[in-house]
Order: sequence, then structure tokens, then C-alpha cells
Amino acid sequence: MSLSVTSPQFKANAHRALGDRQLQEALLSLPEGFVAGRAAAAGRLPEFEALRDSARDIKNHTLAHLDLYLEAYEKKVIESGGVVHYARDSEEAGKIILDICRSHRAKHVTKGKSMISEEIGLNALLEANGIEAVETDLGEYIVQIRHETPSHIITPAIHLTQDQIEQDFRRVHSTLPASRDLSEPASLLTEARAILREKFLRADVGITGANFLIAETGTSIIVTNEGNGDLTQTLPKVHVVLASIEKLVPTLEDAAQILRLLARSATGQDMSAYTTLSTGPRRTTDLDGPQEYHVVLLDNGRSNMLGTEFADMLRCIRCGACLNHCPVYQAIGGHAYGWVYPGPMGAVLTPSLLGVDKGGQLPNASTFCGRCESVCPMRIPLPKMMRHWREREFERHLTPARFRFGLALWAFFARRPWLYRQATSLAMRALARLGRRNGSFTTLPLASGWTSSRDFPAPQGATFQAQWQKRPRAGGKAA
Amino acid sequence: MSARAEILANIHRALGVSGQELPRRRGVEDRLEHAPKGLIPERGQRDPDGLRALFRAEAERVGASVTEVATSKDVPREIADHLRRHNLPAELRMGEDAWLKALPWHTTNLDVSTGPSAGQDLVSVAHAFAGVAESGTLAMVSGKDNPTTLNFLPDAHIVVLRAQDILGDYERVWQRLRTAFGKGLMPRCLNFITGPSRTRDIAQKLLVGVHGPRKLHIVIVRED
Repeated sequence: MSLSVTSPQFKANAHRALGDRQLQEALLSLPEGFVAGRAAAAGRLPEFEALRDSARDIKNHTLAHLDLYLEAYEKKVIESGGVVHYARDSEEAGKIILDICRSHRAKHVTKGKSMISEEIGLNALLEANGIEAVETDLGEYIVQIRHETPSHIITPAIHLTQDQIEQDFRRVHSTLPASRDLSEPASLLTEARAILREKFLRADVGITGANFLIAETGTSIIVTNEGNGDLTQTLPKVHVVLASIEKLVPTLEDAAQILRLLARSATGQDMSAYTTLSTGPRRTTDLDGPQEYHVVLLDNGRSNMLGTEFADMLRCIRCGACLNHCPVYQAIGGHAYGWVYPGPMGAVLTPSLLGVDKGGQLPNASTFCGRCESVCPMRIPLPKMMRHWREREFERHLTPARFRFGLALWAFFARRPWLYRQATSLAMRALARLGRRNGSFTTLPLASGWTSSRDFPAPQGATFQAQWQKRPRAGGKAA
Repeated sequence: MSARAEILANIHRALGVSGQELPRRRGVEDRLEHAPKGLIPERGQRDPDGLRALFRAEAERVGASVTEVATSKDVPREIADHLRRHNLPAELRMGEDAWLKALPWHTTNLDVSTGPSAGQDLVSVAHAFAGVAESGTLAMVSGKDNPTTLNFLPDAHIVVLRAQDILGDYERVWQRLRTAFGKGLMPRCLNFITGPSRTRDIAQKLLVGVHGPRKLHIVIVRED
């Protein structure tokens, strides 16, 4: 894994993110942007909820027959003149792509947005071998010139403010006049368009990801808004599609079902500006398009997830809705998660792909509020899977001793209801008396995690259990 | 063991199958053969006038401009007017589409050249394979008639769409593709285009005209 993983330092990362003023400013617009957009788009389509069921069933069917759909897909790609490569892991995928580039003596590579390419650390590999790899999605480009990684799976530069982007453009596009006006977002856009247009036109190889692979026709689909993926794959001699094996769907009809959910869940659009279906290289009568079409199918731990309690995660279509709606993601952004995939989907996927020793911290970054599952277009039970990971982390004694002691202490009382009630009501009365004057505490022993950022309210009245006991029961006693 | 063999073996082990079970194979063949339709939104199920109105409304909602002309003979004049209104040069690039080429371009001052784009053309014209009313989406098919580069490199992309080609949903586009290219076969590239190129990558602000066309203009031909 060429990308350094900081997931084990999640707590420290999160602390830093909370104190980062520019990041906090950048994250502010998340709720009214994507969250409101998704709600409006879903509301405009009466069949939206039923389509979620349909999409879940399609992917479950595909995953249960993944071997056969892979074989069918491969056959069709070959028939259409394409080449299929299989990669067990990151290293193998990187080597295949490097070999393709070398066989064409490629110096310049353009890239469409691909999370898989982040996963395998492709840019670093190509650069190390003297090949310029340019990210062409505007957000990816911005992140690349800052030597950062994406902080969101669909809007990679969401952690940055406009001022930061302006500073980066001035720093990197140093041949342009310093006096130019970049105060408007549109002027930043125009500058990036001109610079990347040159890169598109001179690229030797174009690398894209895939949102879907269609077994029926041997087709790969990319879904974009900028058109960068299309210029990446249309202009160079060679188009390489890098996709993980779970991207398969059986038919065009199945793809259409899920496409109706993807953009609505991601950005609140009915359809993204460009949905492109590619099948093989340039045909004899074509006047444009790539002369070679390669597909690199990456496993990288996914086949091991099949048949386990984490198999549902393989339905994920990378829309980002779970990130956008997650209170933890909204507070700390994506970089704190420490690898490629942030938010709830990342909290499940990272330990699956990297191991619980590296990613085991991430499933703890959840309040289990359930918003991720409630908006997931593929109905992935994300909180349930995070709970599985927490259990595994606990079983493997990876949780800190203090945390385990606290849990053991709580369990001791919880298993003895009478003692639990006595202890809690005693503690409550004591706290209520101590906090009577101010109504809250600014410091409390053992609770500095809470009181360092907010006051702890002093308890009032009886415990919840006592109040519950006393509530009037509907219909009185059973007859 | 090759990567392919090992990945397939892993999948077999995880699923507890050998890959040879006949019922599984038949289930997959069946699905690929019959391609069952899923749930198709009610929105696109209407008569031709309704489809045209819905297509237009949806395309305009995502920032495309749409005009309608009565017959194909009116297309060149409408495009010339459009270019004049937007201060665009009277120069067009188009593919070898016979229907497009047969239009009376000589009745306008437009300078029409033929072929794919290498990046110098400001305006392109292409003939849509179909329109999808449910989302105001154009379906463009690659080939010498309408080369893919014309959809992405020029600043202004003009698409001519016959009203009879406006379909309700994507599933009807698949049917048409199967009729045109054969079952299980596809053109090299099928572009679904829904509005002009856009991004939210700078401070989540919506900006139009990133890498693809800045403007998308659709001319619907009512009768042909």
C-alpha cells in the first residue's frame, strides 16, 4: 500500500480536524448543499424507495453469482476487442497498468476520478517511474497539486475554501501573470479548464474508474459531471478502466435501476451530466476513440468479504450519501479517517480491506444515529456492520485497557439490575445536590472528555427507570 | 495459479459453490438473455406530446436551452439564429450523419465542416440517437456519423433531436440499441448527456462549463 495509512491515529486526527478553522468553514455548507439536494431529488421521484429495494436485490443477486457474471463480462469484453486483466491486490494492479503505459512508451497519463486508483496508490507509482499522471476531475486536480488525498469520495476538495484554492493556483500556475483576477469561482474554473485542456490533448494513456460493469454487453460505465472522464478516455490512444470486481451488474436494465438512485443520492441530480457507456476500442469505421481498451479487475480483499457479515458492503455504489449525512463526517471531514474511504462506508470498508488492527478505530467514530443507513440507496446496514467491527476489535483486545475496564465495570452493574438501580439513583442524588447551585458542572472527575468542551447538566428529578416505573399505563392492568 | 484463477477460486470458496452448478448457471444465462425490467418510473409514461413537454422541461431544468422547429428544413436557420444570439462564430463541425448533412445548410451563412474534433472547434452539431424524457437526457451514439469528440471538445454543443426519438425511459433506449446493434452488442460509446458540463468542486458552488461544453442547445424537430 503506497498511500500512508493514518487510520490508527484516528482520535488524534479528529482532534486536529475539530481545531482546523478553514476545514470547519469548508464543512459548514454540507447540510444545505448535498443533504437538502438529496432530499429534494428523492422527493421528486415517487418510486425512489421502491427503487432502493430493487437495487439492493440486483446487487445481492449479482454478488451471489459473481463468478459467473465475471466470466460472462470477460467474454463480452474480449468479443468487443478489449483486454481483461485480473489483479489480486494493489501491487499487481499497479504493475499491470505500468506495463501498459510502458508498452506505449507513455510519458503523459490523464486520469478520470477513480477511488480504486487512490486505493492502489497509482499516481505515486506512475510518477516514480517517470510518467506524469494528471488528475483531471477539478477537485482531484486541486487535491493533487496540494499533494493531498481526496477528503470525500465524490467531491474530493470539499475540505478547502475558495481562498485556499486561489492560493494553490497562484503557486502552481506560476507562469501566468500574478496580477490576474482569481477572486471569482468562475475565474478559477476557467484557468483550470485551459490548463487541463492541454493535458487532455497530449496524453498517451487515459485511465478511468468505472461505476458499473455490465455483464450482458461487456460495457463499463462512468458517471461524471465535468466531462473530464470522457476527454480522458476518448482522446488518448489507450483507455484503461480500473475497476473492482463488485462493480458488476447483469444487464443494461439493472444498470438503469441503480443509475436512477446514484446521482439523486450523491448530488441531488436526477442524472449526472454525463453517463458514458464504453464497450471496447475504436471500431473500424470510427473516427475517434481509443485504439486499445483495457480493463483491470481488482480484487484487493473483496472476494474475502463475500459470504461474511460484511458482504452487504459490496453493494456500495460510492455515492457519498452516508458521508454527507453523517454527523461525525460533518464535524471532522474525510482526512481524519486516515485512508481512502471516509465516513460510515469507510468505517466499514477500511477494516475489511486493511485489517481491524489498522482500521479498527474507525467504526468507533459513530453515534449509531442511523442516518447513513436511512439514506443509503443500496440499503446497506452500515451501523450493524460497524457494530460487528467493534465486537471484533473488542474480542481481539485491540481496545484500550481503560475503555475495557469501563465496559467491564458497567457490565458488572448491568447484570445486577437491583444494584444498578441503587447505584444510579445514589449517583444521581449526589450529583443533583453538588450541582444544585449552578445547575451544571464545568468539570467532573472521569468526565473531562465531556466537560472540556461543554458543561455537564446536573441531574434533576428521579432516574429514567424510576420515572418509567411510575408512568401511567395505557389500559391499566391486563385483564 | 493465475490471478484470474485465484480470484475465481476465492469467490467459489466464499460462496460455497464450484461454479459448475447447473441451476446457478441457468439462472444467470436466463437473466442475461431476458434482461428483466425492474421498476420503471411513472413519470416517463405518457403520449408523444407529453414526452416532448417533459423532455423539454427536464432539459431546461438542468441548464440546457431548448427550441422546437416544425420540420427538419428549419434546423439550419434556427442554429444560425442561435449562434448569432449568443455571439458565437458561424462555423460548425459535424460528423457524416446523412440526415444532418442533407439539411439545407446552404440557405444560411454557416460554414460547415465535417469530421471529429481535435479541439479547435467552438461549435459542434450532432444528431441524437434518442432523448429520454424522464430526466431530459440525450443519448448519443459514437461512430463516424456523430463522433464522440464533438460531444465534449467544443465550447457549444448543439444537438438535433427528432420528436419521434424522445422516449420515456432508459429502458426504451436499451430496446432501440438492441434493434440497431443486436442483442448483447453496443456501439463503442453511448453518451447520456443531461445538461452542460458542471462541477461543485470549488467551495460547493455550482459552476457550469468545466471540461465539456459550456453550453448545450437542443433543437427538437417536431415532424420529419
